[in-house]
Amino acid sequence: MRVVIVGAGQVGSSIAADLAGTHEVIVVDCDPERVEELNYSLDVLGVTGDGTSVATLEEAGIEDVDMVIASTDDDETNIVVCSTAKAISDAFTIARVKNTEYLRTWERSKRAFGVDFMVCTNLLAAESIVRMIGLPAARDVDPFAGGQVQMAEFEVDADSPVANQTVAEADRFDSLTFVALLRNGCVEIVRGDTVIKPEDRVVVIGSPGSVQEFARSVAPEESPGSAEEVVIVGGSEIGYHVARLLEERDFQPRLVERDGARARELAERLPKTVVMESDATDIEFLEREHIGDADVVVSALDSDEKNLLVSLLAERMGVERTIAIIDADEYVDLFETVGVDVGVSPRGVVAEEISRFTLDGNAENVALIESDKAEVLEIEIDAESLLAGRTIQESTRDLPDGVVIGAITRDREFITPRGDTVVEVGDHVVVFAGIDVVDDVTARI
Amino acid sequence: MSVTLRVDIRASLSLVGSVLKYLAVPLCLPVVVALYYGETVVPFVATMALTVVVGIGLERLEPDPDLRAREGLLMVALTWLAVALVGAVPYLIEAHGLPPLVATIHPESTLANPANALFESMSGFTTTGATVLGDISFESHTRSIMLWRQLTQWLGGMGIVVLAVAILPELSVGGAQLMDAEAPGPGIEKLTPRIAETARALWGAYLGITLLEIILLYSLSVTGIDPAMTLYNAVAHGLTTMPTGGFSPESRSIEAFSAAAQWIIIPFMIAAGTNFALFWHVLSGEPKRLVRDAEFKFYLGVLGVFTALLATVLFTGGFAATAPAGGTYDAAYLENLSAAIAGQAEPAIRHALFQAAAIVTTTGYASLDFNAWGPAAKGILLFGIFVGGSAGSTGGAVKIVRWYVILKAVRRELFTTAHPEAVRPIRLGGNPIDERALRGIYAFTSLYLALFVLAAVLFFLDAQRVGLSVTVLEVVSTAATAIGNVGPAFGQFGPMGGYSSLSEASKLLFVFLMWIGRLEIFPVLVLLMPEFWQR
Repeated sequence: MRVVIVGAGQVGSSIAADLAGTHEVIVVDCDPERVEELNYSLDVLGVTGDGTSVATLEEAGIEDVDMVIASTDDDETNIVVCSTAKAISDAFTIARVKNTEYLRTWERSKRAFGVDFMVCTNLLAAESIVRMIGLPAARDVDPFAGGQVQMAEFEVDADSPVANQTVAEADRFDSLTFVALLRNGCVEIVRGDTVIKPEDRVVVIGSPGSVQEFARSVAPEESPGSAEEVVIVGGSEIGYHVARLLEERDFQPRLVERDGARARELAERLPKTVVMESDATDIEFLEREHIGDADVVVSALDSDEKNLLVSLLAERMGVERTIAIIDADEYVDLFETVGVDVGVSPRGVVAEEISRFTLDGNAENVALIESDKAEVLEIEIDAESLLAGRTIQESTRDLPDGVVIGAITRDREFITPRGDTVVEVGDHVVVFAGIDVVDDVTARI
Repeated sequence: MSVTLRVDIRASLSLVGSVLKYLAVPLCLPVVVALYYGETVVPFVATMALTVVVGIGLERLEPDPDLRAREGLLMVALTWLAVALVGAVPYLIEAHGLPPLVATIHPESTLANPANALFESMSGFTTTGATVLGDISFESHTRSIMLWRQLTQWLGGMGIVVLAVAILPELSVGGAQLMDAEAPGPGIEKLTPRIAETARALWGAYLGITLLEIILLYSLSVTGIDPAMTLYNAVAHGLTTMPTGGFSPESRSIEAFSAAAQWIIIPFMIAAGTNFALFWHVLSGEPKRLVRDAEFKFYLGVLGVFTALLATVLFTGGFAATAPAGGTYDAAYLENLSAAIAGQAEPAIRHALFQAAAIVTTTGYASLDFNAWGPAAKGILLFGIFVGGSAGSTGGAVKIVRWYVILKAVRRELFTTAHPEAVRPIRLGGNPIDERALRGIYAFTSLYLALFVLAAVLFFLDAQRVGLSVTVLEVVSTAATAIGNVGPAFGQFGPMGGYSSLSEASKLLFVFLMWIGRLEIFPVLVLLMPEFWQR
């Protein structure tokens, strides 16, 4: 596959490095030095020029290109690159954005901006932080439908409350569907009378909140509940999204922001978060608010050094886990060495996501279970789909065994699939399918 | 000689005139009633002529009025004063006749006194429902004049200015600001892009619900359930429930009717205290807006608490009925009253709910003489006088939404005492309230309470001056009901009593309180500030 990457910054270079081994990669950047550097360090073709101009894209050979990845630091540039590429070629386009509003627009109509796949830096970073906070008991967590749906895999201990219960008995959760058990390396699709045995791994699909709730009941000790105290330092966009996603999972985080106007704005947008206007390095304040008793401190300030400082300070005061956002990818290891428990690089997360997506080579959002025994697919329902306009009960009869409809989202609202739920055109359906029926299922749905 | 004023009084007066001349239209209704019952039409026809002449005269002052912020405030305040003055004319003519054209008609009427006539008119338009009628009966008053009383309340309920915005195209530009100055509660909600359409929608909902109530009430007499609820009474009570007015043509108020009629009136009083914008949303296919509305939920909660408290007192018979100083009630009456309710669930709940709704929404009806209740029940009702209806309803007083916000603000203060750095916006149904709006709410409520105290002191001093014997409860409750547009107070000013014993000065004080209370203080008070008239 021929891939054009526009923007040779951290993200672009990282993706280029990942893809260079298996694909033909062309990197476009307006900085000749960077292009020069990549030309030598990686086995890629460098093109100097403005990625939004048709001339540059033609120079990169856009007519034979299969994929364009716009990964500059500027949202609007990335979007314009994609729509330009779409206008003059059939390439699959991927845009990286920071602003979640663009993502919302794009999710509403997947043809918006001529972007085929959009990744949002701030949201991805926040999601990965929240997954670390919320579900340490989970073996695997994958978000679908823009974070509205999660697929998670949990191991069931002998003393877990759901051990030796049937699925029907264990199914006490509002918006959660049990889809499969992984037993002795085999994938078994569950039915109501399937018994969950110790050592089994269960795969569930549901809203993030219900997955969180399930995690608590499967492994109460390991899973921090909403009683967990999380303090977020810094009201950056990532800090905001971390708080928002935690609220969705019934946490009541605290957020410290120094700027008064920003603090007020965040307090208005985050009804369940206690927003505090203060400098997070004010020791007196930290002591007065008992920050040392917190279970997790997330530092999301706009400078790496400050995040390091806050994390070390929190660690000193007795905080159990510290998570720091680190802008410079190369600092992650360094920071983790000197005392930050987890370093999260937003650019790294995005590069990883784009690479993963690109390597999967599939337009659908996919997660693999047990390497390749089953797949979880997100599919947008069109009029030709077998599911369109029918209840799930009716459609299941026409589907092969080994398929479970795990979740539905409609206009970004989560809908729990039950027998009488009618699937509409435009819904996003998250489907679990055994590997032997995947092709059959994708063809019919 | 021409003087340039900072405020264009002529423009304001001209718009007052435009509104005034249309007052002739609703005056047709009592004319029809008078013709039907064979009563004199002179009071209404003469008032029609007067209002049209004065209206057109004022309108001519400024053919092309330019409506700006200050002129708007002045116009709203003056409109209510002018309407109350014109509204008093039928009462005066009914008492004095129209010498030398028509001879004296009802010289014995308390309304023969101009101060009384103005009081009654202002009480009507502001939907207060306090009365100076010496004798509420069709022996001493015509049916048409009694209907005019109810009609003034209905016109005042949704708002004269809102009505004017709905029908006068020249008010389309400054309309939102005018409605804001008049409408109860902080801020108005534009339901449609055009303000006149919003005003029409509100009036449409108001008219519709009023008609529904009239039909339901009249059906009681058609089906023979309550023969007392004649067509006249059904109309009269329909016209005074929805504006949370409370004028009843019966001297015993709603006590004169069956339990069925009382049960019908209860939900309409509750509806009258609800934000009318919510009805509009319900009718335009969004019924969820009603149950999701934070103020509405709080409103029902408040009503529930008041009802539960009152019902407990009534059910346990714990109201030590006491005869007033004047000795209006004999022992047998009180015993009957007490025995009829104590230990019985239905009447206890009905009267508790009725009285809670009547007082909280500021309707001011009475399903029995709550004046005869003991101190516990009276204390609960006295609190209720300050609550008020929802924003955008026809109810008066402080308004539920302000108390709700203030309670939340108090909770925030407690929280920030423990966590000084916490930033906590006050939310109303999930939407954060601007801190400036919050300050407005504090300011209004403190000013309201301060004016209430000042009014009580002034009234007490005046009562002493003229040698009128009043209790503290009477002073406090009358001042509160006047400024809150509630109506009946306690003691001699209770639901079965009246205000005719007041001195002229006190009556005028109350007229002022009702006026200022209906417009929520600021539009009137700002006129008294020198800054308003300066550059």
